[in-house]
Amino acid sequence: MTTFVLVLTIVLSIGTGPVGVPPATVAKILVAHLLPGEHVATWTAAQDQIVWTFRLPRVLMAVLVGAALAVVGTLLQAIVRNPLADPYVLGASSGAALGAVGALALGASVPGLLVSGSAFAGAAVAGVVVYVLASRGGRIESLRMVLAGVALSYLFSAVTGWITATADHGRLPGLIFFLLGSISSATWAMLALPALALVLGTAYALHRARHLDAAMTGDETAASLGVDMTRLRIEVLVVTAAMTGAVVAVAGGIGFVGMVVPHVCRLLVGAGHRALLPFTVVAGALLVVLVDTVARTAASPREIPLGVVTALVGAPFFLWLLRTRPVGAER
Amino acid sequence: MSSVVVDRVSVQLGDTLAIDDVSLEVRPGEVLGLLGPNGCGKSTLLRTIYGTQRPSAGTVHLDGLDVTSARRRDVARRCAVLTQDHATDVELSVLDVVLLGRIPHGASRRSADDDLRRASEALARTDATHLVHRAFPTLSGGERQRVLLARALCQDPRVLLLDEPTNHLDVTHQLDLLGAVGDLGVTCVVALHDLTLAAAHCDRLALLDGGRLVALGTPEEVLTPARVEATYRVACDLLTHPRTGRPLVALAPRDHGSPTAQEAS
Repeated sequence: MTTFVLVLTIVLSIGTGPVGVPPATVAKILVAHLLPGEHVATWTAAQDQIVWTFRLPRVLMAVLVGAALAVVGTLLQAIVRNPLADPYVLGASSGAALGAVGALALGASVPGLLVSGSAFAGAAVAGVVVYVLASRGGRIESLRMVLAGVALSYLFSAVTGWITATADHGRLPGLIFFLLGSISSATWAMLALPALALVLGTAYALHRARHLDAAMTGDETAASLGVDMTRLRIEVLVVTAAMTGAVVAVAGGIGFVGMVVPHVCRLLVGAGHRALLPFTVVAGALLVVLVDTVARTAASPREIPLGVVTALVGAPFFLWLLRTRPVGAER
Repeated sequence: MSSVVVDRVSVQLGDTLAIDDVSLEVRPGEVLGLLGPNGCGKSTLLRTIYGTQRPSAGTVHLDGLDVTSARRRDVARRCAVLTQDHATDVELSVLDVVLLGRIPHGASRRSADDDLRRASEALARTDATHLVHRAFPTLSGGERQRVLLARALCQDPRVLLLDEPTNHLDVTHQLDLLGAVGDLGVTCVVALHDLTLAAAHCDRLALLDGGRLVALGTPEEVLTPARVEATYRVACDLLTHPRTGRPLVALAPRDHGSPTAQEAS
C-alpha cells in the first residue's frame, strides 16, 4: 500500500515542473525505458528527455536520500534510546558537511571523488570522536554519546561557518549547497553511491532488528539477552557514518528527515524494528520526494534549498502529530 | 550438579567492596530468595551471576559454564533475567517484547514460526495470552511483570534471576507473580524486600549484609529475630503462618522496642 503511494508520488512528481508532463505520459515513458520491446512513441523527444534524463534521476535521488536518512535516524535513535537522535545530533552530518566544504574551499569540484571522500572522512571522524568520548571502561554510554555528538556538531558547524565566511565569492553557491542541501544537480551516475549505502545499511539494520528492539529496552536488559551493546553501538556508528557520508556527498546537509521520519513511523506502526524499518524506508523516500517537488516548483525558476523545505514541511507536521497522538497511547 | 555455583566472589565497585567473599550454590529446581537491606549487594550479586558485572575475585558457574569468561550469548541461553531497569515507554507490542527472549537462540527466517509458538506458550504460562496485541507502555504494573516473565520463559532458561520482581505490585499481583514463578519448576534466584513473602515462596534464603553472606538456609533457619534485628535494625517476632506453617515475620513499629528507638530514648 505505502509502496504504491510512493510509486504514484514519484510519477506525479516527475510530471511536475516548469514544463508539465501529464502523469499518463510519464508512466508511458518510464514503461518504455524499463520494459524491453517496441513501444509506439506518443510523446515528444523533449518530453522523453525531461522525464528520463533530468527529472527521474533527481526524483530517484530524493528516494535514496530520504530512505537512507530515515534508516540512519532509526538506527541512531535505537542505540542511544533518544527520540531526538539523528545524524546531526551525533555529529555525522556536520562532520560530513565540514569534510565536503573543506574540500570545496581547497578547490575540489562537485560532483567529485575528492568531495565524496572528504564527506565520508568527516562522518567517520565524527563517529570515532563520539565513540572515544562516550566510552568509559569498555562501555559506551548512550547519554554521553548524545552529549559528545551535540558538542561535536557545534564545533564542526563553527569551522564550516568559518570556511564559508572566508571563502571566495565564486565558491559560495557550492558551499551553501552543502550547508542547506540540494539534489538539483542529480545525474544517473551520482545515484550509485547512495544506492549502495542504502541497500547495505538497510540490510544490516534488518539483520540486527531484534537486537535494536532489545537495545531500546535498556542496556542491562539487552545485555541479559546476550546482546553486546558496545559492539552494537560501534557497528551502528560505522554503518551510519558511511550512510551519512554517502548522502551528504551527493545531497548536502538535509536536516530533520533523520529525526522526524523514524519518530512518526514509530507512532504509526510501533517500535518493533522488523515492521518499522521497511516503513521508515518508504516514508523517508516519500517525504523527500514531496519536499524536493516543492523545493523546485514553489519559487520557480529559483530553487529553494532542500533542507529549508524539509524543516518547513516537517516541523509543523511533527508538532501536529505530537499533539494528536500522545506518546504511549494505545493503538 | 548445582545450577548456580558462586565461589568466593568479591566485587569491587569504585572504593567500596560491594560483594565480600560470597559463596553459595543453588540446586536444580530450587527457588532461592536473596534478602538484605538496601545497598547490601543483592542486585550486584545477581548481575555478577548473569555476568554483566565482573567479579574482582572468585568465579561463577551457571550449569557448568564459567560466566566470567563465557560469551554473553552463551550465558543468555542458560539464564534469563528480570532486571529493574526495563524501559516502560518503548512502543513495542507485547509480542515484540516476548520475542526478545529468542535473541540468544539466534533468529533466522526458518525459526520464525517456532519462535512465535514459543512466545504464545510463554504468554499462556504466565496467564497473559489476552495481552498479546497490546502496546507494552499501556500495560499496568502487574501485567507488565507477567509479560516480562513470559519474555524470560521464552528464553527457555535453565536458571531464572529476578531482581525485586514484586516492586510496585499490589498484594494480589505479588502473590500471583511469585506463585507463577514457583510453579515453573525452573531454578530461581529472586531478590526480595518482603521477608514474609520470601519465607512463603522460597525453598531457601540467603541473607546479605554489607556485601557479606550472613546466613544461608531454610526460611526457619535464616529468619531468626536476632538476625533480622542485627541486619535490618528492626525488632521482630516470628510467628507461624496458620495456613502454610511457614514463618511469618511480624516487624515491630519503631516505638515498640526497635533498637533505633531505644537508642534514641
